[in-house]
Amino acid sequence: MRNLATSAALTLCLLGCATAPPPAATAHGPAQDTLWLDRLTWGTTSADLAALRTRGRAAWLDAQLQPRNPAPLPEAAQAQIQALSITQQELLPLVQRMEAQRKAADALTDDAAKATAQKDYQQALTKLAREAAARQLLNALYSPNQIQEQLTWFWFNHFNVHQFKSNLRVVVGDYEQGLRERSLGRFRDLLGYTARHPAMLRYLDNEQNAANRINENYARELLELHTLGVGGGYSQRDVQELARVLTGLGVNLTDNKPKLKPVQEPQYRRQGLMEFNPARHDFGDKQLLGISVKGAGYEELDQVLDLLARHPSTARFVSRKLAQYFVADEPPPALVERMAERWRQSDGRIADVLRALVGSPEFEASLGRKFKDPTHYVVSAVRLAYADKVVLNTGPMIGWLYRLGQAPYNRQTPDGYPLDENAWAGPGQMTTRFEIARAVGSGSAGLFKVEGEPKDRPAFPQIAHPLYYEGIAPRLTAATQQALGQATSPQEWNTYLLASPDFMHR
Amino acid sequence: MDRRLLLQLGLAGLGTTALPTRLWAAAPDTPRLLVVFLRGAYDAANLLVPTSSPFYYEARPNIAIAKGAALPLDAAWSLSSAVADSIHPLWLKGQAAFVPFAGSNDVSRSHFETQDHIELGQPDDLPGGSRDFRSGFMNRLAGVLGAGSRLEAMAFTDQVPLILRGNLPVANQALRDLGRPGISASQAQVIAGMYANTRLHSVVSGGFEVREEVSRTMMGEGAGEMEAASRGAIATKGFALEARRIARLMRERVTLGFIDVGGWDTHVGQGGATGQLANRLGELGKGLALFADEMGPQWRNTVVVVVSEFGRTFRENGNRGTDHGHGSAYWVLGGGVKGGRVAGEQVEVKAATLHQMRDWPVLNEYRALLGGLFRRMYGLNDAQLATVFPGASARDVGLV
Repeated sequence: MRNLATSAALTLCLLGCATAPPPAATAHGPAQDTLWLDRLTWGTTSADLAALRTRGRAAWLDAQLQPRNPAPLPEAAQAQIQALSITQQELLPLVQRMEAQRKAADALTDDAAKATAQKDYQQALTKLAREAAARQLLNALYSPNQIQEQLTWFWFNHFNVHQFKSNLRVVVGDYEQGLRERSLGRFRDLLGYTARHPAMLRYLDNEQNAANRINENYARELLELHTLGVGGGYSQRDVQELARVLTGLGVNLTDNKPKLKPVQEPQYRRQGLMEFNPARHDFGDKQLLGISVKGAGYEELDQVLDLLARHPSTARFVSRKLAQYFVADEPPPALVERMAERWRQSDGRIADVLRALVGSPEFEASLGRKFKDPTHYVVSAVRLAYADKVVLNTGPMIGWLYRLGQAPYNRQTPDGYPLDENAWAGPGQMTTRFEIARAVGSGSAGLFKVEGEPKDRPAFPQIAHPLYYEGIAPRLTAATQQALGQATSPQEWNTYLLASPDFMHR
Repeated sequence: MDRRLLLQLGLAGLGTTALPTRLWAAAPDTPRLLVVFLRGAYDAANLLVPTSSPFYYEARPNIAIAKGAALPLDAAWSLSSAVADSIHPLWLKGQAAFVPFAGSNDVSRSHFETQDHIELGQPDDLPGGSRDFRSGFMNRLAGVLGAGSRLEAMAFTDQVPLILRGNLPVANQALRDLGRPGISASQAQVIAGMYANTRLHSVVSGGFEVREEVSRTMMGEGAGEMEAASRGAIATKGFALEARRIARLMRERVTLGFIDVGGWDTHVGQGGATGQLANRLGELGKGLALFADEMGPQWRNTVVVVVSEFGRTFRENGNRGTDHGHGSAYWVLGGGVKGGRVAGEQVEVKAATLHQMRDWPVLNEYRALLGGLFRRMYGLNDAQLATVFPGASARDVGLV
């Protein structure tokens, strides 16, 4: 089998490796650099490794932490994103068009016609969320801003919303896009953004939260999941007071303004689909985390978000979660402490906090030991197979993520998907991963099926490429090498590599 | 929904603990239990129809099932004709019972929250929120029964559901589309070999063994016949096919099984004696009748419990459907079931007896009800019952 793989690599080398590689600008070997990239990207590609070997880790990291936006994607990927209706339409008219469709369906009197119209509406919503998922996956696969893309996933998961609540399928793509743009900036900006996005206000019921009709849902999660964390030093009383601060903050999908008393008019705020309705706000004074918040309307929100974002518990809680995602299920406390320190110094600038993480000895020591979650598994497999040939259909990937239990925007509860191995390494999960390994390894797997065409366009995964020989092969375990040696076809060889314990980790 | 409840379930994932290294053939006389969860809250009042209640006909001008169109069960109740040729024959043989006014005390009317509550099987109001969120009641039941026995628990679903998560590692495999696995047996061996010296070793080999066992059972003696029949007119697809496959596994090895069936959230145009809900019930009934049939002689050791998170509003809504309610009706089927009767606490169905003036009340709390059933089925003692349903007092309504 070795000869088969070699010949595939040779074919590629005839095209791309005519010149000798430039001298490496890094102190590490290519295998160690590949591991480093496997952690910081959605899976190393040959191009990543070549860029890193040329420029060195420091320059590569600098570029990643100050990404060019929008990211220059390969033309074939950009064209797919360009064709999506969520790209072509602004959010507000899109939401209003969907609202009109919903109301028209609800107004039908004939049961059968109504059921059909309601089903059509639901399907249109689902299509919009699938478009967003396609855009997310194309970015994960082909964006040069790989750290930003991982953080985009991380922040969506941190500030999680569930696509199937109400009409959130219309807005999840927009919500994600805003998180992408802010993913390396200040935490305070992420917090302020999510607190004003209709996706969050609707998902956690804050649109129901009004003076004397308190709904604590968002207030509680804001403290427990988004900022201070469980045990971060807040009480049930703080939850209640924060809920009072948040009264009146809601969603308005129409162009209409609520009827207000003249005295309330100047207090009214509207920003996109977010609305602050002073008639629903509790203007009394509040006491939150030992601080007095003067009843002042909309301004209370920013005062309180400042307080939460700068709280020392927030620095520790979110740093630990970042370390759990990028380092280990149980991150070393000393590392978390240093990240939290950098957080405080930089006023929660995520790029700085990540710099502390990536530069740490703990990070280097952890490489190759983190079990991939389903999204990392699926995206890295497709990146390994098709880094140089843009897939034309992300549908199969979305399907695999559903089977593995981590579909985009599909975590029902606000805690987001778990980040640790225990949640993902069950027997059913592993056998399903092996089936996916086979699907990706054996052929085009539906990834090149264009709508309206009867069959996949021809494609075959090229895995035994230079990256494999330089970056992957040197660190494979003896057991994996032995398995690869038993492969009787390129398909089987690909399958074994993608099914190997080595490939399950990053 | 209550997220703190679910947050901690991250800890409750299947984990990397070992599966039993092999699946045992079940001893012939071991009781079998299949729990069927109707997710979405089915409209119990249009399955177990209170045909003696004038209020039923008042409350449902468009979707009520006429007395003449239903099958009389006793003086108060009739059965929807949707299950006339599936469940009604079991009733006539004394192998089917219904428990109306069943459910949990959760009144959130949230599908997810109430499903979670039922699957967890924990007390509704423990002081200080000291509820244990890490295990479902079927996993605890398996733990109680598993000590020293050859019991096998399995979820016939894509992921291990909450009800079966916990300390005891549990296998899962959906039986809907049993395409031949792409990974061949010899490839599986090579892959398992790569994991031999890793901490995932038993998870990987356990996963392959379950897969192997499922396909052996499906392809084994007599299975060809069954699959052939499935391609014919009778059990061609959907739940019926799944149910027969489950029966094959439960006849041979699995003694504690779980399956969920969706599509019950009938807010709009649910129909009456015919229509959307009737079709769904018909499909469910057909599957369960085929299950009974396929279990063969083991049917007498088998109990099937059909549950749902809550009932629906007793009055129809403005869309000829029903909204989220409270009390439901559970089904209990089995060769050894003391059936042919409507069991448990009951109350006359009229406006005055409705819960919050809109739903069936819950008079047969599910933990007490199932606790009583399990005590009879397995001879559990108080300590064992307290493990399965902490803080519940089992009530035996004589179902087996």
